Amino acid sequence: MTFPWLTVLGLVPLVGSVIVAFLPTARPTLAKQVAFVISLIPLVLTIVMALQFKADSTAPFQFVESHPWIPAFGISYSVGIDGIALVLIAMSTVLVPIVILAGWNDGDTGRGSVKGYFALVLVLETLIIGVFSSIDVFMFYVFFEVMLVPIYFLIGRYGGVQRSYAAVKFLLYSLVGGLFMLAALVGLYVVSAQMTGTGTFDFLSLAGLHIDPFTQKLLFLGFFFAFAVKAPLWPFHTWLPDAAAEAKPGTSVLLIGILDKVGTFGMIRYCLPIFPAASVFYAPIVIGMALIGIFYGAYVALGQTDMKRLFAYSSMSHFGFIALGIFVFTAQGQSGSVVYMVAHGLSTAALFLVAGYLMSRNRGSSNINEYGGVNKAAPVMAGFFALAAMSSLALPGLISFIGEFLVLIGSFERYMWVGALATLGIVITAAYVLRVYQKTMTGPLKPDLAGIKDLTGREIAAMAPIAAIVIVLGFFPSPLLKVINPAVDRTMVATGSTTPGPAIAPAEGSAP
Amino acid sequence: MTDVMPAEGIFSLIWVIIALPFVGAAILLLLGRRTNSWGPYLGIATVAVSAVLAIAMVFSMFGRAAESRTVGQDLYTWVLVDKFQVHMAFQLDQLSIVFVLLITVVGTLIHIYSLGYMAHDENRRKFFGYLNLFVGAMLLLVLANNYLLLYVGWEGVGLASYLLIGFWQHKPSAAAAAKKAFIINRVGDVGLSLAIMLIFVTVGSVTFHDVFGTVDKANQGTLTAIGLLLLLAACGKSAQFPLQAWLLDAMEGPTPVSALIHAATMVTAGVYLIARSNVIFDHAPTAALVVVIVGCITMFMGAIIGSGKDDIKKSLAGSTMSQIGYMVLAVGLGPVGYVFGIFHLLTHGVFKAGLFLGAGSVMHGMKDNVNMRRYGALRAFMVITFITFLACTLSIMGIPPFSGFWSKDSIIHAALEQNAFVGALTILAAGITGFYMTRMVIMTFFSKARWEDDVHPHESPKVMTIPLIILGIGAVVQGFLMLYWGDIVSWLEPVVGYQEKAMPLPEPVILSLSIGVVLIGAVIAILMYQRRPVPIEAPHGSWLTRAAREELYGNQVNDVLVVEPSLQLATATTWFDSKAVDGFVGWLASFTGALSGQLRRYQSGFARSYALSMVGGAVLVVLALILVRLS
Repeated sequence: MTFPWLTVLGLVPLVGSVIVAFLPTARPTLAKQVAFVISLIPLVLTIVMALQFKADSTAPFQFVESHPWIPAFGISYSVGIDGIALVLIAMSTVLVPIVILAGWNDGDTGRGSVKGYFALVLVLETLIIGVFSSIDVFMFYVFFEVMLVPIYFLIGRYGGVQRSYAAVKFLLYSLVGGLFMLAALVGLYVVSAQMTGTGTFDFLSLAGLHIDPFTQKLLFLGFFFAFAVKAPLWPFHTWLPDAAAEAKPGTSVLLIGILDKVGTFGMIRYCLPIFPAASVFYAPIVIGMALIGIFYGAYVALGQTDMKRLFAYSSMSHFGFIALGIFVFTAQGQSGSVVYMVAHGLSTAALFLVAGYLMSRNRGSSNINEYGGVNKAAPVMAGFFALAAMSSLALPGLISFIGEFLVLIGSFERYMWVGALATLGIVITAAYVLRVYQKTMTGPLKPDLAGIKDLTGREIAAMAPIAAIVIVLGFFPSPLLKVINPAVDRTMVATGSTTPGPAIAPAEGSAP
Repeated sequence: MTDVMPAEGIFSLIWVIIALPFVGAAILLLLGRRTNSWGPYLGIATVAVSAVLAIAMVFSMFGRAAESRTVGQDLYTWVLVDKFQVHMAFQLDQLSIVFVLLITVVGTLIHIYSLGYMAHDENRRKFFGYLNLFVGAMLLLVLANNYLLLYVGWEGVGLASYLLIGFWQHKPSAAAAAKKAFIINRVGDVGLSLAIMLIFVTVGSVTFHDVFGTVDKANQGTLTAIGLLLLLAACGKSAQFPLQAWLLDAMEGPTPVSALIHAATMVTAGVYLIARSNVIFDHAPTAALVVVIVGCITMFMGAIIGSGKDDIKKSLAGSTMSQIGYMVLAVGLGPVGYVFGIFHLLTHGVFKAGLFLGAGSVMHGMKDNVNMRRYGALRAFMVITFITFLACTLSIMGIPPFSGFWSKDSIIHAALEQNAFVGALTILAAGITGFYMTRMVIMTFFSKARWEDDVHPHESPKVMTIPLIILGIGAVVQGFLMLYWGDIVSWLEPVVGYQEKAMPLPEPVILSLSIGVVLIGAVIAILMYQRRPVPIEAPHGSWLTRAAREELYGNQVNDVLVVEPSLQLATATTWFDSKAVDGFVGWLASFTGALSGQLRRYQSGFARSYALSMVGGAVLVVLALILVRLS
């Protein structure tokens, strides 16, 4: 029996949250410190685990643990990760300590206690690790649904003025999506029972079923709808701007940077291998939704006056790119999508956290028009904002460029005009991102902001790792690609897709 | 196609040439104020060492046979997904080395000049950091051995230019100009991105060596498309029509920036891209023809704008557009032109840097006023600036034996050989060059003094005048030396090819024609500005003058065709999203709410209803499972 890496990884934040919850309410700083220290443990564990991950392994999943849970219904506690899950878990365990550090004072206001805020964040981390490492579909569903609860409270208890409306809208929307998935899940179980005699929720068994195409098309819809709401794709996105605008910046990072990735992760992990024929069948529709989303999100972002809503719509545009990459069925497109997910998590975190820093200095206002000339008073903050903006617009040399370019070239290979159209999105992205930078950071300093202070050491410490990762991975993306590629190759095989080759044969003995 | 030699000896340091300026930038920007005292010197030192390395390499290349001068250095695999494989690898050949020399040598001079020019700026350290970032990115651009890595350098210079144009961010005009430059360049980037994609799906690689070895097998339509996409990219970076509108606004940046980025180096990136991709354009005559047309249009647009502007930097910016138009036109001509396009780029890089730094020196002595109508008779007050500016002016006008003469004359010849009409256009544009440059020199250094009472013109300090002197000497001798001593033609031939054709007219006829036209332009300027007083308020002017002042309405066209529709679309989409899409969801919610009115009586909060539905869901699951078990 090997060391149960994933179980331990998942349990540490849960235990931590219990510890934090039992700390005295009167000592909020202690709760913050304890939560931060505990959140570093999963990070260390992930690094150690990642070093042991074998990129060239032929096994579909590594660090597998499987124990019967409800054997009567073929449900088991099964965890294991492929390269895609690994990089998403790594992204999450990097971001949680950063969110805690950056949102040091996020729990101070609101209806809940300070320790409650940090306990919820840690619970959420457990659920995130669970949802990415489940290889039992029922277990995945449980994590997928339970994840809503801490986020609901994080928004509803610690959010802004409209928090109740936003929290409920988020919850109901996700709930509807989840119900469709539940129905499809039950259907999937029934199908597996019919085909093999004993029903199962085991992912690998389900992926090997070869369900008849008609049933696939029905079941696909249930899963896909839940994921499309979660991601969110156009037109299922309207909960996102409200949730992002009302949530604390740290909560928005957890929600948009990490949780929403479960939607796109679900598409590539579950929709494609279990319903390959349906995925190919629906691909044109999904690609259409993705393309609309890219431009729709970008144009609405261009029209926003609220920073947090702007970043939410920009994320919607980015999710369009991610979904596009998944559903063009090329190696570059899918690997690019996974890199894009990680890159988007990091750049979204950077954007929301800088926005949070800015707002905390001006009575929590996220209205762009109330700012101007901040660069003059707070150059370090402006510098991080600029880097976050560049990362968001996928500047070549940063990791987001690798993701975006792979998605675009992967789309271009399959459908030239789709790839070409999506490429036009890079202009509007630059327009809205630079617009918000120009309005807030440049020009003469607004009189109201005269006393604005630059970032503190704590705030810099939270941003610096993101900045470093975004640049270093931009020049050395191999650690990501090496683990992602084999997982993507398996998905490609499962869906029976091959990446198109060049139009003319390469030269003899071509140098790299 | 020459073979790529391994990077041994001095050539193993190719990556160091690129890394040094980046390291300088990183130190300056990360350590912040702590580097205030020594940071600028570090910035200069890193670029200067890169320049020394480049000079050592060019001498080493001289010692090799022409076919073994291409050196490749492969550091590691950068991006690898399936068949898409791109290395962090560099290629130094006869084409890239001349760019490396231009970037590092002119870059060093401009760094030194900035010591004086930016002496009193509180963010001087940041300025040097950005300059270093720019030099590093530009070196990456010209040394990359593949299109994707070139793109990184390409966008890196875009970022540096964004930061430098907006260096004085507290000025809204500077911030707006920076954003505009970036976004217009993004349009060009779409071209570059798509070109890279099309190249990859056509030949399965984005490495120059592979692409140029196989691309001739591709079909004509694909090659034309690649060529046009590369041209779009070049139009953005090199401010060619129709993506020219950012360049004049970019003059909001500090003057050394205008010299380094918007004269000597960055704007030449597009010319480099086309020259580097010569194999593609040689097989895509339609695309090459469009390159010539774009070059011709921009050559005139820039010259006309340069003739109408009273702002010395904007007039020079118009001139830059025009001269790059010459280069683009030349490389569009094919093998007769590549060499001369690059040649003109190199001479222009030196004399235009001299002109911009000279303009900066004038501004320095004139309380940063850029309005030439407030200059006049400055030749006695700033002798060194005047003499070097004059040398650079004669050079750009193409007066023998100044360096611009050799390069521009070569382009005129190549154009005449290829097409008499294009050749005539290049001669005509040279005439306009003669006009606007003479006008500039007269309004600044001759005519009557028109400055305000509190301005006391003076010469700049040595740290600024010495780079001017060096650039001024370059403007005199560089062209001749490169053509006859350096033999630029046979130097570049292995990379870009060269083909000589018969002259349509006898040499002396062409020569006297082109110089004659330039002199006519100069005489008109003398009659208009030296013989008549220059009014301090700009006169109403002819329709052409007014159009030139308005930059030929490029901004208005962009606003009407692109900016306004985009903003309106943004407003419309935003309205649609909040009213229609979200409105539908809201309606759905209230509809559901009405339906479940009965249920609501028993429910006080949504969280509980959620819990209830989870229980309901669980019951459903269990029921279904039991059903399946039973069946």
